[in-house]
Amino acid sequence: MAETRTVARTGVRRTPTTYVLRFVVAAYLFLLVAWPVSLVVVHTFEDGFTSLEGILSDPDVVTALWLTVRVAVIAVVINTVFGVGMSLLLVRQEFPGKRLLSALIDLPLSVSPIVVGLALVLVYGGRNGWLGPTLESAGFRVIFSTPGIVMATAFVALPLVIREVVPVLHEIGTEQEQAARSLGASSAQTFRRITLPAIKWAVVYGVVLSLARSLGEFGAVKVVSGNVLGQTRTATLMVEEKYLNFDQQGAYATAFLLAMVSVACIVIVAIIRPKEERR
Amino acid sequence: MSTTNTLDRTSGVGLGIAMTWFSLLVLIPLSAVVFTAAGGGWDLFWRTVTGEQTAAAIRLTVGQAALVTVVNVVMGTLIAWVLVRDHFRGKALLEVLIDIPFALPTIVAGLVLLALYGKDSPLGIDVANQRSAVFLAFLFVTLPFVVRMVQPTLAELDKEVEEAAASLGASRVTTFRRVILPSIVPAITAGAALSFARGVSEYGSLVLLSGNLPFRTEVTSVRILSSIENNNLAGAAATATVLLVISLAVIVLLDVLQRRVSGRG
Repeated sequence: MAETRTVARTGVRRTPTTYVLRFVVAAYLFLLVAWPVSLVVVHTFEDGFTSLEGILSDPDVVTALWLTVRVAVIAVVINTVFGVGMSLLLVRQEFPGKRLLSALIDLPLSVSPIVVGLALVLVYGGRNGWLGPTLESAGFRVIFSTPGIVMATAFVALPLVIREVVPVLHEIGTEQEQAARSLGASSAQTFRRITLPAIKWAVVYGVVLSLARSLGEFGAVKVVSGNVLGQTRTATLMVEEKYLNFDQQGAYATAFLLAMVSVACIVIVAIIRPKEERR
Repeated sequence: MSTTNTLDRTSGVGLGIAMTWFSLLVLIPLSAVVFTAAGGGWDLFWRTVTGEQTAAAIRLTVGQAALVTVVNVVMGTLIAWVLVRDHFRGKALLEVLIDIPFALPTIVAGLVLLALYGKDSPLGIDVANQRSAVFLAFLFVTLPFVVRMVQPTLAELDKEVEEAAASLGASRVTTFRRVILPSIVPAITAGAALSFARGVSEYGSLVLLSGNLPFRTEVTSVRILSSIENNNLAGAAATATVLLVISLAVIVLLDVLQRRVSGRG
């Protein structure tokens, strides 16, 4: 009897449990993510477009936004070149210490942003860092300046491209590449004509994720930037500053702009993903 | 064959450049933290991390991260289950919701949570400056990890084995416990490890939410930052080393798990 009942149950897709589970999951995600995030939108548009117009006509905010965009783009370019190169090395080459390196690459994802900032200050700090004083006497300032912000941002987003590209490289194998090589293609040609088209979507996916992560970095940037208004204050630092100075409207509006970009990144990825799998 | 086994000149140069950058950006700075912590000797290190306020911060951080990880193991597996096995309108929206905490800037995450669970909460729940604020912030930022690790494993499971178990008289609960659970445990553990590591290292989402009250809501990252701001870099490095050891332990655990999973496949 038990047998027929369970067969019937697995045969029919939907049982009351299905609906209970569905409801629990939807309610959990609504309370934890959807509702809070939507409130930021509500707060931003409470007085129509005035608070958005307010921050966009504030030169300090505009400077901060530009700095954030510039830093994020540089960090993403560095991480994309480094990431694709490193993925090729990790998947296609053999060298001593490869396994250790492959494990260490993931480290930036689980290191506290404050520790990242501290680590960079200890090496590149102008007064008593390991390399900082030498670099600074050569006229190159890292900490409390844009290069430091770029490094902090590149650090925290470092593994994202690699994590996307490595599995795809494993999956496509080396047959086509070897065929191209045996037909006389140079390694540059093989990469451009065979490998790159195959990993294209993984790279795009990694770039979008890195961009979202880079635009939003806060803790590491806070430590290395010095948070100087109009010079090294990024958009995320601006949100904190505005909130602590009781400019809630400004804080919500700036947060709204940042949230928009990151949600856009997620949606783009959600659209790209199935396309990549169809290929 | 030879091209995959030995480095040709281009790859050699590439590896050199990549390693130089990786060392300058990650390895040397992180070693600097450990060296600075060790520089003051074991006594100073031990006194710093067992100092009342720092020890309280570490206890709070590890405790709340562990608690959140337990919730994530249950809820994350449940969410992954529903996303893989159930089909309904609006599922794509839930998929997007899962990724939002990963992409949202942490300071914005704090502000977002404050909007619903802060002073002017429409629900009448105010966790601002409470210990539960730390729990809530951790819960938000660690949401994707278990879900995203378990989801692909669950999708690949062979349904025939479950049907066989069911046809042999196993109840749904038994099928889940005996057939499904064993094959997703490595994925759950990996997600739990990532979620724990992320919780322990969290900073941005707490800044506006938790009030950073010493002995009550001050987490380890905040403690390190105040040491940095007081120009006590040795103290900051000592506390940071504790966090680094936790991160490294997680990395090692993940590596072992991944080898076990791929070894089985």
